[in-house]
Amino acid sequence: MIPLIVEIEALTKVYESKLRVVAVDGIDLELKEGEIFGLLGPNGAGKTTTISIATTRTLPTSGTVRIAGIDVVQHPAHARRHIGVVPQFNTLDRSLTVYENLYFHCRYFGFSHAQAKARAMELLGQFLLTERKDVYPAQLSGGLAQRVQIARAIAHRPTVLFLDEPSAGLDPQSRMAMWGAVEGLRGEGITVLLTTHYLEEADSLSDRLAILDYGRVLALGSPEKLKATLGAHTIFDLKLKLRDGLQPLAAALRARPNVTGADVTADGLRVVAANSDGLLPELVRAAAGHGLLDLKITEPSLETVFIQLTGRDLRE
Amino acid sequence: MNNSTEVRGQRSETSPSAGKAAPAPAERHGLGKQLKSLLELLLRDLEVLTSGLGSRASGKAGSGNSFAGSPGSGIFFKAFLGLFLRDLRVLLREFHVFLARVGMQPLLFLFVFTFILPRMGGANLMATGGGVDFGTILLPGLMAVAIMFSGIAAVALPLSQEFGVTREIDDRVMCPLPLWAVALEKVCFSAMQSIIGALLVIPMAYYVPASPVRVHVANWFLLALVLVLSSLLTGSLGLVIGSTVNPRQIGLVFSILVVPITFLGCVYYPWARLGKSGLVWIQIGVLFNPIVYMSEGLRAAVTPGIPHMPWWAILLALVFFTAALGRWGLRGFLGRVLS
Repeated sequence: MIPLIVEIEALTKVYESKLRVVAVDGIDLELKEGEIFGLLGPNGAGKTTTISIATTRTLPTSGTVRIAGIDVVQHPAHARRHIGVVPQFNTLDRSLTVYENLYFHCRYFGFSHAQAKARAMELLGQFLLTERKDVYPAQLSGGLAQRVQIARAIAHRPTVLFLDEPSAGLDPQSRMAMWGAVEGLRGEGITVLLTTHYLEEADSLSDRLAILDYGRVLALGSPEKLKATLGAHTIFDLKLKLRDGLQPLAAALRARPNVTGADVTADGLRVVAANSDGLLPELVRAAAGHGLLDLKITEPSLETVFIQLTGRDLRE
Repeated sequence: MNNSTEVRGQRSETSPSAGKAAPAPAERHGLGKQLKSLLELLLRDLEVLTSGLGSRASGKAGSGNSFAGSPGSGIFFKAFLGLFLRDLRVLLREFHVFLARVGMQPLLFLFVFTFILPRMGGANLMATGGGVDFGTILLPGLMAVAIMFSGIAAVALPLSQEFGVTREIDDRVMCPLPLWAVALEKVCFSAMQSIIGALLVIPMAYYVPASPVRVHVANWFLLALVLVLSSLLTGSLGLVIGSTVNPRQIGLVFSILVVPITFLGCVYYPWARLGKSGLVWIQIGVLFNPIVYMSEGLRAAVTPGIPHMPWWAILLALVFFTAALGRWGLRGFLGRVLS
């Protein structure tokens, strides 16, 4: 059996301030050794809070998280030895060079001078940073800084690496490079938990993923499985000029064999269909009377899965 | 190298427990629930620490975690040393800046008050009577100021920045060390700077003043004790300021906190003379000011000829303020890094 590296059980986090916010609302997750696991959800879904708790930075309201069998609330200092973190923002030590950032990180984790030096040089090579070893973080571009952060996070050979929105603020080229770096970690046997609100990222990187919204897990499985069981659907968004009497039309469409859902939206109508053959002309005909302004078709993807689960767009 | 690691680490373990024993009576005065939970947290971390110790003693890898290079043993001490070395590297890179920072103020003070002014206004301008010249009064006071400024500059300023926009503290908070030890490292490192700063004042006081300063260290042990306690005290004060004050308002701290406690800290006058001058209300009022005990303590150690508080009262007050500020600062620190 493949050992479990991260075990999250009935995790909740409630922020009690003026406004009571339930950031995490009973999450259960298990990560197996060596897998890349994605947490997908819109902003405010509870992804970052979940990661903060797992990385000992936030105390849960209830529930437990174990990293390599160690309870992160009971033994945070021990658990941290198994944890590598790439935070959402650049937290590189501004007073140290790139090399020193890696070197001292190793020292924090008990490496001797010689071990830390060797490991830092190895990582500089692995992440193509050797030329920039004496540069200070303030002089690095966003993509390079992110690369240094990943190198630093894995420097002490953690069991699990947490990447919080790793591609936020990166240009497309740097994002591809970052994906490459994460893919490269597979060879090292590190378990990776990454949060993202980019569907492409979750789809292409993760072996399994969980879709989160309002602090709860809505769906869990491999991207393929999620698409197959939940999302082999095409979504038609119709933008209509005249929005009176749409309910009967929606009801009529729902009665059609391949249509799994038809709802009135703010702009017009949203139709979800398992099989779109021949549906398009019919929709256009039906909508003609309502003044069809625009029609958007979303092919089956994680995005359609997400829209079906939450009823809203990930980018909204 | 390994031996020195352990010695340093040992200190990191014993000093908080000593600090913990002191605040226990204060709990009865109603500091209450938060303190209790803090103590529990400390205890829990101590447990983790001692379990690390145990595995080191038995020579086994702790809980079977294979760890790069050093399986399980002494990781806390090494992590603490790593943090200390990091701070040392940053300090040494800008050592001239550090020297200017800690040296400029006492140098100018001595130059103006003990070199320029005596020549301008005759002998008695700043004289305090009894044949003791101002330089002798000023030396321990300036050492106290040097200690305090280093403490605040070494902890409060970087911390408020690291807590602020950059969140640089995150990586150090994620090292395999209990959080209180991360805060303690900051305080210890600042204490080291404070001691250097204070010792720098002595040669200055020897060379700058027009008339010689009468330094007489009667008790080296007392001097060392006062230096270390004062430095830990200001480091703790720095921790309080750094973790509670908004980075944008850190400048304000200097004008509304640092300057007043310096001027009312018996730096430029001995505490005993306040009473003799009929200023008893000031004499009592300044007892709440920790700087008073630093300057009086150094006075007792370096210039015992000048009237000063009894040594036991000084040490008691220094320990009390260090423990109180340390606890307050740690609570602030934990509040900033844990949510």
